[in-house]
Amino acid sequence: MSSVSTVNPQSVLLQSSSADRASRSGIWLGLFTITMSFAAFTSALFVREGTSDWGHIVLPSILYFNTFLLLCGSVTIEISRRYMSGGSYIDASQSRKGAIWLLFTLVLGLGFCVGQYMAWQQLRAQGLYLATNPNSSFFYVLTFIHVLHLLAGIAVLAYLTARVVATRSTFRRSLFDSTAIYWHFLGVLWVYLFVLCRMKL
Amino acid sequence: MQETSAPQAHVHAPPEGFIRKYVFSLDHKVIGKQYYALALVAVFIGMGLSWLMRIHLVWPNSRIPGLELLSKVGAPGGVMTPEYYLSLLTMHGTLMVFFVLTNAPFAAFGNYFLPIQIGAEDMAFPRFNMMSFWTTFLAFVVLILAFFIPDGPPIAGWTSYAPLSAVGKDAGPGMQWGASLWGLSIAIFCIASLLGSLNFIATTLDLRAKGMTLMRMPISTWAWFITSCISLLAFAVLLPACILLILDRHAGTSFFIPAGLVISDRLQPHSGGSPLLWQHLFWFFGHPEVYIAILPAMGIVSHILINSMRKPLLSAKVIIYSMMSIGFLSYMVWGHHMFVSGMNPMSSLAFSFPTLTITIPATVMTLIWLGSLYGADIQITSASLFALGFISMFVSGGVSGFFLAQPSIDIYLHGTYFVVGHFHLVMGVAALFGVFAGTYFWFPKMTGRMMNDGWGKIHFFITFIGAYCVFMPFHYLGLVGNVRRYSSFVDDFMGPDLMNLHRFITISALVTGAAQFIFLFNLIYSRFKGTPASDNPWNGTTLEWSMPSPPPWDNFGGKHPIVYHDPYQYGVKGSKGDFVMQDSPEQAISSVD
Amino acid sequence: MGKIFAVVLVIVALVSAYPIIINKYAMPEDISTHGHMIDDQLHETMWEAGLSFIGAQLVLAFFIWSFTNRKAGSPLKSFPGGAKVMVIAAVVLVGTEILALGVMGQKAWGSVYFTAPKADALQIQAQAGQFAYYFRYPGADGKFGALHPDKIDEGNQNYFGLDPANEVEARDDIVSAELVVPLNREVQLLMHAKDVGHSFYVRELRIQQDFVPGLDLAVHFTATKVGRYEIVCTQLCGLGHYNMKAYLNVMAQPEYDKWMKDQAAAQ
Repeated sequence: MSSVSTVNPQSVLLQSSSADRASRSGIWLGLFTITMSFAAFTSALFVREGTSDWGHIVLPSILYFNTFLLLCGSVTIEISRRYMSGGSYIDASQSRKGAIWLLFTLVLGLGFCVGQYMAWQQLRAQGLYLATNPNSSFFYVLTFIHVLHLLAGIAVLAYLTARVVATRSTFRRSLFDSTAIYWHFLGVLWVYLFVLCRMKL
Repeated sequence: MQETSAPQAHVHAPPEGFIRKYVFSLDHKVIGKQYYALALVAVFIGMGLSWLMRIHLVWPNSRIPGLELLSKVGAPGGVMTPEYYLSLLTMHGTLMVFFVLTNAPFAAFGNYFLPIQIGAEDMAFPRFNMMSFWTTFLAFVVLILAFFIPDGPPIAGWTSYAPLSAVGKDAGPGMQWGASLWGLSIAIFCIASLLGSLNFIATTLDLRAKGMTLMRMPISTWAWFITSCISLLAFAVLLPACILLILDRHAGTSFFIPAGLVISDRLQPHSGGSPLLWQHLFWFFGHPEVYIAILPAMGIVSHILINSMRKPLLSAKVIIYSMMSIGFLSYMVWGHHMFVSGMNPMSSLAFSFPTLTITIPATVMTLIWLGSLYGADIQITSASLFALGFISMFVSGGVSGFFLAQPSIDIYLHGTYFVVGHFHLVMGVAALFGVFAGTYFWFPKMTGRMMNDGWGKIHFFITFIGAYCVFMPFHYLGLVGNVRRYSSFVDDFMGPDLMNLHRFITISALVTGAAQFIFLFNLIYSRFKGTPASDNPWNGTTLEWSMPSPPPWDNFGGKHPIVYHDPYQYGVKGSKGDFVMQDSPEQAISSVD
Repeated sequence: MGKIFAVVLVIVALVSAYPIIINKYAMPEDISTHGHMIDDQLHETMWEAGLSFIGAQLVLAFFIWSFTNRKAGSPLKSFPGGAKVMVIAAVVLVGTEILALGVMGQKAWGSVYFTAPKADALQIQAQAGQFAYYFRYPGADGKFGALHPDKIDEGNQNYFGLDPANEVEARDDIVSAELVVPLNREVQLLMHAKDVGHSFYVRELRIQQDFVPGLDLAVHFTATKVGRYEIVCTQLCGLGHYNMKAYLNVMAQPEYDKWMKDQAAAQ
């Protein structure tokens, strides 16, 4: 890349750090947006709660286990961070252990998704489908949209893990950091949604 | 990008090949032009729709040749049915608000010039940027598809109120798949907008060049930055609303549909939903959306005015703070669209106070623009004419808002042509004037050629006079109680006097619309045959004028600009003339008394 | 060119304002007890908006005239007082206007929405459906029969879905396609939406209120002039929206009583 060689290395580093800052801004802005969307869903829930056909559903207890899996994922991704060596660029060849803990996180995330699917199956067995009553509607909508976001995070995790395991390349630490922040956020968001569903549905 | 063990450069590689250069480009400049092109297509379609609507209103049984080709069902023999009128109305509003007014002043010019004006090589996330354009394009295709399905486009207006929009095909023609395509298109548009706004904000916060403090950013950059903050919050609420609407339509849920509705002789199998919930969610987005439409135009106009006046504004900081307060207040006023909607009348009063309060920063800005003209040396070009015209249009549109902000007056004026006049003047005209001004101003930079200034001035005068001829009468019609969204006027009071006024409007609209082809022709012709432009044809001070016209793919050619002062060093005794560029260390004294 | 624009601007502004100044497009006469407050508010706002509009356009035109095509060497000047004057002017002028109009407006709004209807207000139910209005009077017993959406049968003119066979209250309900009200008597209009959103708008009455499916809304008013006035729909409700209307028929009390008797006999 001829453009790299004409660029002053000092300014490349400057660029790197501004790219890192941008990564950080980007993920926090993304989290803010997702929060606002769920705030909109929450307000829809509160409005809907006021009508006469608001009932009650019993949430499947597998949800507690799913929560545990997701929160463990937050722990494993932090452990993974400890084994990611390098500065603003992570050196994949030195970070094998980090990759293994990333893999654990990915598996826990997938486990959560499978568990959510099983929760939906259990609800269906009770005769509670998406349109059965407003309570079940909100449950399916909130959990489904959350899982969609989680799957996006899992996709990035899979990419990162593959990058570390399959190649000897470097990748930006800021990408790892953003993914970790995103993962923790989805855990916190899930706890909020679970409590909301428990209390309101 | 090659893999090396050393830290890699932030910039993407120079584009090679037609696809990378012009189609799936990561270059913010190309993406900006792509947004502009999309907005151009959308605006001409939208304008065509408005012509069809205006013709039908004054010549209701007329045969419009060719219309039956667009829709056999909607316009058999070329004669428009009432439902097709509503379809055209819905698509006109949707195209104009989303694909023109959110795209052109904000996504198009913002993408092109925000990184340049802050001294960056590109946006923070070029891949997301490319995705956001193509996602917008996908949304556009999905929307336009509604014209070509047998049942036609939806008839519920761009506001798509429930339960009309939520119950599905019983509600009327176009309300089966047409309305679903609408909902899907808007949901996709939300995602695209969110990606775009995220990019703008991260870029502005983190990629500014050395010396470019926040307060040294040009007013246009500030406007795009504030707009993207508003946009992030607004679209984040519209997306859930669209999802819930789609579920009501297709999954049998009842978020917005209450019990006991009998539509087309069928008792609807829903219960418990709230139509007002849709309105709240929609307008929580919808009101900030109109500020998303106008703020970039305010920024562009301020930017161009300063250059044209050859002296700075009375205070750029006050303009910036005013834009921030408008952005902040825009989130507190959404209920003013719902004064007579059946929501708690106390809420109506509560919403009217911040609505009236927004008048204050808007007035501050208008007074600053006006006051800055005093003692200036205004250079008249096509761009500056549209910038000055913007002030006139913004005042006109703004004062009618003052009526509508008061719930008691809104009792009479709601749902009439008065409202239509108000929002067309501020959005359809003022915001568009900002786009025109920006085009004439920045075309030389974007293409390396000048637009024809003579044709530009003709375009301006016809458009300026024409816009007043079209939209001022809407207010008179509203005052006598002419109701909007009617496909024909069968009310008793619509005598010949008022119908003549409608005819006057229609003819003005046709003439003014025709003048836009002068602009289009100018755009296309100048792109290939215009006089070659220098780097700085307007003697501008901001960073875009420090680079070649058009700029190279990496903007600053690998160098990083350093900024030494505020962006509007005009009216000074500089070595190059009455201005000093932002990236020049020269300090010059002001010539302004 | 700047001077041409300035002239065009002045002409456009004055021509735009002219029809308003000569009151060419006037609101229809007010036939309600509360409407004068709305009219006063609108006229007050028109003065302020009108003066601001003309003032701003003329100042803009004057500055464009004066400060374009200037002679070479003309000095650049700054508006005396600068931005501070503008901010203070905006805050003070607009602030006082807002306060004045806000206070005025509260009274006008309150007279429609915050005053409860009198105990002896005449209760009439309005039902809006695609694309017609129907009105129901409680009849001699003073009570409305229940609504049964599943019993709606337009072919047999059972627009409200009443069940007179099984419900006593429904038997004497009077259904009319016209909203007939007595002069100078307060009416409370109970609003029911049959299918989608509609609205009740009578210009002369200075009343506009949406019908919201699922919500029990009501407006009250007193009509002060005999006559027939259009009721039109202002909430987009489908293809027949433009043609959805009815009439408010204000009759003197004796005529109204006769009408009621005739209706009751016909049911």
